[in-house]
Amino acid sequence: MSILVLAEHHDGQLAGATAHVVAAAQQIGGDIDVLVAGENVGAIAEAAAKLDGVSRVRVADAAVYAHQLAEPMGELLAGLADDYSHVLAVASTTGKNVMPRLAALKDVAQLSEIIAVESADTFKRPIYAGNAIATVQSEDALKVVTVRATAFDAVGETGSAGVEAVEAVVDNALSSFVGEELAESDRPELGAAKVVVSGGRGMGSGDNFKLLEGIADKLGAAIGASRAAVDAGFVPNDMQVGQTGKIVAPELYIAVGISGAIQHLAGMKDSKVIVAINKDEEAPIFQVADYGLVGDLFEILPELESKL
Amino acid sequence: MKVLVAVKRVIDYNVKIRVKPDNSDVDLTNVKMAMNPFCEIAVEEAVRLKERGVATEVVAVTVGPKAAQEQLRTALALGADRAIHVQTDERVESLGAAKALAKVVEEEQPELVILGKQAIDSDNNQTGQMLAALTGRAQGTFASAVEVEGDALKVTREIDGGLQTVSLALPAIVTTDLRLNEPRYAKLPDIMKAKKKPLDVKTPEELGVEVASRLKLVRVEPPAERQGGVKVGSVDELVDKLKNEAKVIS
Ligand SMILES: Cc1cc2nc3c(=O)[nH]c(=O)nc-3n(C[C@H](O)[C@H](O)[C@H](O)COP(=O)(O)OP(=O)(O)OC[C@H]3O[C@@H](n4cnc5c(N)ncnc54)[C@H](O)[C@@H]3O)c2cc1C
Ligand SMILES: Nc1ncnc2c1ncn2[C@@H]1O[C@H](COP(=O)(O)O)[C@@H](O)[C@H]1O
Repeated sequence: MSILVLAEHHDGQLAGATAHVVAAAQQIGGDIDVLVAGENVGAIAEAAAKLDGVSRVRVADAAVYAHQLAEPMGELLAGLADDYSHVLAVASTTGKNVMPRLAALKDVAQLSEIIAVESADTFKRPIYAGNAIATVQSEDALKVVTVRATAFDAVGETGSAGVEAVEAVVDNALSSFVGEELAESDRPELGAAKVVVSGGRGMGSGDNFKLLEGIADKLGAAIGASRAAVDAGFVPNDMQVGQTGKIVAPELYIAVGISGAIQHLAGMKDSKVIVAINKDEEAPIFQVADYGLVGDLFEILPELESKL
Repeated sequence: MKVLVAVKRVIDYNVKIRVKPDNSDVDLTNVKMAMNPFCEIAVEEAVRLKERGVATEVVAVTVGPKAAQEQLRTALALGADRAIHVQTDERVESLGAAKALAKVVEEEQPELVILGKQAIDSDNNQTGQMLAALTGRAQGTFASAVEVEGDALKVTREIDGGLQTVSLALPAIVTTDLRLNEPRYAKLPDIMKAKKKPLDVKTPEELGVEVASRLKLVRVEPPAERQGGVKVGSVDELVDKLKNEAKVIS
């Protein structure tokens, strides 16, 4: 068996999630190659070469891959896939955008967001917002898979794989990059943070999210939100945790003014310890919280900050 | 331009599902079904394009059992002009759906196809991307804004780090994210009118496609239940528990 892992990277850096996908690849077993596609990605390829278990890093460095648009990326992967039994990527917005395109070009089904490897052709994945776990077996010769990074422990960085260029460059007349507006933050990335503090509709306004910042500063936490908080315009969309937002599994998740709808729970219930702060003692979030504190967040948050 | 909208019949998002005792699947008997929420957003966007005079015709399509005609009628009540039902009792997953939709695209030649980003039953998030690949078209996934600019389509996409804007050559495929729009409710007179709008039924055989899933569902089980914990009485108690019991802060 041989496995190709698509490297996730942003701003010239290899994303930590890639090491989790390599771990999933190790569980499948076989030779593991990593593909780094982008423009000026030499440093990223060097970082990928250090990941334990990787035999070879393949680099597709060309302007057409600069923003990892789905059309050229799908074609690039389709051109490489015949050498592999599996192609894996992070279940990020990039992986979700690109991988189904590859699967369709190869006429195979895709397995989305696996959380466990049962064997080389059988995987577990959550369905119905995580309210059921399906064990699914693929009969296709090529398995196209996206991986929930939080479900696999990262491999180490003591390796020294060889780096090779992929010479073939595809064209793209279908799509072009116009611009992007990226959230800037000194905080850890939501998906990788050890502590996440999230606010919901109960926060009342975007300004009130400052109450979470002091706490996040003290705990080195990332800040998340429910969809209701995003919809109300309190915070930007990239902070949404849940079935259709980001999946997090930190050591500590603190949900403030969040009721605990199944769609929100889908994104955080694998956290190690959950704390809920809510004035409604019947709020469903308390059913999953290890520690629940009933009360007004506007009184509780300042006190909590001062006592941490 | 002609706009095609793909809608899927799924469990209502408010319903808590149960797994069948024999672990073969989830139990959908007597469960409330509805249009996938992301498809409602897709229909709304198409109807708005028509109201703005950009779209000339909105065609709704679904691939699924007879009962899925309910969701097509809903789409018609919301403003679609006609509907196409690719009727099958097979367990259809994203690739099969995309193949059937690709045939409909071939017949209908829409300038734009709008789908939801994700069906809330399978949580697959694949069909739009697959349809784009099968039809050789550009894709604008997870869209929070869509604008027609001459023969191109400007799509703002919700990505992990924020927002990305791309320009796509038309014809193109778009999948909707939650903030693209807020769908309207169907009014009673529109629901009545929808009953008279045309609804074409086809079979996968007529379209010449194989829609059955090649993924074998081996087993379905409930997730590990989280034990609800304790209520603490004060901030001091909370901090103490986190430090000394859970040991997650220092
Ligand atoms: C297709 C679909 C996908 C979805 N995806 C997601 C998703 O990915 N993520 C997600 O989060 N949601 C998602 N949702 C929405 C979800 O169903 C809920 O509507 C949402 O999670 C509710 O957010 P909330 O808990 O902040 O708001 P609410 O349910 O309104 O809860 C607010 C809570 O704040 C408490 N509160 C108010 N004031 C105070 C105070 N002063 N002090 C303490 N507590 C207070 C209230 O008691 C209440 O429990 C999705 C919905 C659909 C249909
Ligand atoms: N059987 C189907 N019939 C019509 N549209 C579908 C079907 N399955 C998926 N879709 C469309 O594809 C979107 C994403 O579904 P999925 O990729 O399967 O999660 C849905 O919101 C629909 O717009």
